[in-house]
Amino acid sequence: MPAQTLTATLHVNGREHALPDLDPRTTLLDALRESLGLTGTKKGCGLGHCGACTVLADGRRILSCMALAALYEGREITTIEGLAPEGGAARPHPLQQAFVERDAFQCGYCTPGQIMSAAGLIDEGRTGSPEEIREFMSGNLCRCGAYANIVAAVADVARTPLVPGAREPEQGRS
Amino acid sequence: MRPFTLERPHDIATAVAFGAADDDQTDYIAGGTDMMQLLTDDIRRPGRLVSLGDGVLDDRIEAAPDGALRLGAAARMSDVADHPAVREGFPLIAEALLSSASAQVRNMATVGGNLLQRTRCAYFRDPGVHGCNKRAPGTGCAARDGVNRMLAVLGGSEHCIATHASDFAVPLVALDAVVRLSGPGGERTIPVEELHRLPGDSPHVETVLVPGELITAIEVPASRAARTSHYLKVRDRESFEFALVSAAVALDTDGGRIREARVAMGGVGPKPWRMRGVERALAGAACDPAVLRAAAARAADGTAPRPGNAFKPELMRRTVLRALRVVGGQP
Ligand SMILES: Cc1cc2nc3c(=O)[nH]c(=O)nc-3n(C[C@H](O)[C@H](O)[C@H](O)COP(=O)(O)OP(=O)(O)OC[C@H]3O[C@@H](n4cnc5c(N)ncnc54)[C@H](O)[C@@H]3O)c2cc1C
Ligand code: SF4
Ligand code: FES
Ligand code: FES
Repeated sequence: MPAQTLTATLHVNGREHALPDLDPRTTLLDALRESLGLTGTKKGCGLGHCGACTVLADGRRILSCMALAALYEGREITTIEGLAPEGGAARPHPLQQAFVERDAFQCGYCTPGQIMSAAGLIDEGRTGSPEEIREFMSGNLCRCGAYANIVAAVADVARTPLVPGAREPEQGRS
Repeated sequence: MRPFTLERPHDIATAVAFGAADDDQTDYIAGGTDMMQLLTDDIRRPGRLVSLGDGVLDDRIEAAPDGALRLGAAARMSDVADHPAVREGFPLIAEALLSSASAQVRNMATVGGNLLQRTRCAYFRDPGVHGCNKRAPGTGCAARDGVNRMLAVLGGSEHCIATHASDFAVPLVALDAVVRLSGPGGERTIPVEELHRLPGDSPHVETVLVPGELITAIEVPASRAARTSHYLKVRDRESFEFALVSAAVALDTDGGRIREARVAMGGVGPKPWRMRGVERALAGAACDPAVLRAAAARAADGTAPRPGNAFKPELMRRTVLRALRVVGGQP
């Protein structure tokens, strides 16, 4: 039994969702999956270790399993469902396209978290080299071990040279 | 997770009043990255969870004209690591933060919460284990004769050998940083080095904070040494792992002579451990390989390892030496 119920409003992928009767224990992850039906965001460990639950809050990558939904009222949440511009599957986000082209997954369970994390990473501008991508993606585990192709997919979108020193002069942060 | 009520006050006084209430039911939550683990694993069981997020604490990062740093307790680890005044004036702090946790955790976690995170001792984190004096006073210490690879070689007691897991706190202790506190009795300021208590016979009492007391800010004094500094973290995985041992080193040198040295270590004790013996061996000496080696040899003075972490004293000496060589430009 909850000790209290709250009413909270979440902003997810550009839409408002009222959550009446919210148990304060509810994580953002569970609210997204169970209440809003947005099951693209995955639950791996529920303890901050794996990154499967990564979403953006006001454009920055966070772990939705470590967030109480009620404390994320008023923040703009972006999930994998809201990453691509309108048009969904027909017009995937460049990261989604790159993951397909680079074959950057096997079972696909970690993939939404990887892609949301990569979106945050590219915005942070920490994509200067494959080593930097690896370090700053270390919060996203892949039990299938698709790491090499994940790094390649992220590097494609960030236009990071996979061979050291091959960066073209005009490119910077995307 | 047990049921709790969630409170979202907007000012320090209200938050403190909740925490100081004599029903002993309140826990604070800031970024939530440690508290959510403790709640999920049934290690903390508050009746009332009080959020510090809705304007209770500020998240400003400010550098004074003399270079001193003030961090609002709600400042995020990632924002502090990326701030130009931190990157340029305090590289050891930026490096300690960037070697902590993952990018997602650093975007959520506050610097105040970082100092108050609980130990990673596996027995503390597993409520299925019976013997843990820190979690359940008087039940013994499963780690003493159990798996203690990560645990303390300095400052422990027969009742607890847990380490404090924060990386960020290590450079703070090296640089004589202080925390500003606000509590039921008013405000006070204490050195970060005195924030955590040694376990003694009451390992469940970890800090000198009184019930309801909040960290409102962290202040780091201006430091010339901090400009040439390094945080070296040695761990079992290359990334996203806690320290086996770590060293924060800052040197102020003048024409090849060391004016001032600041050295502290993480992963070795119940709180960040200032290496005053190493500092004394460096102060006033020439910055040359023999001096650095002799000073680093002092890093493990007084250690009392257990069988599972008997490697730590030698690793401590080598870690300090490597960090000193990097900072002193003596590869
Ligand atoms: C997967 C993972 C890996 C990690 N790896 C590392 C690592 O390598 N190095 C490292 O240093 N840390 C690591 N951490 C720990 C992380 O840095 C801490 O969890 C984080 O800094 C805590 O900050 P928070 O704001 O989330 O605190 P919370 O979880 O909200 O709170 C932590 C504690 O502090 C109390 N509290 C918070 N703010 C205040 C305040 N202002 N005044 C009084 N009490 C307060 C809370 O009541 C609680 O007891 C890791 C964490 C995770 C989840
Ligand atoms: S070392 Fe401390 S935290 Fe770990 S089991 Fe012993 S008493 Fe508990
Ligand atoms: S489910 Fe959130 S980090 Fe694993
Ligand atoms: S693709 Fe299976 S876990 Fe990453």
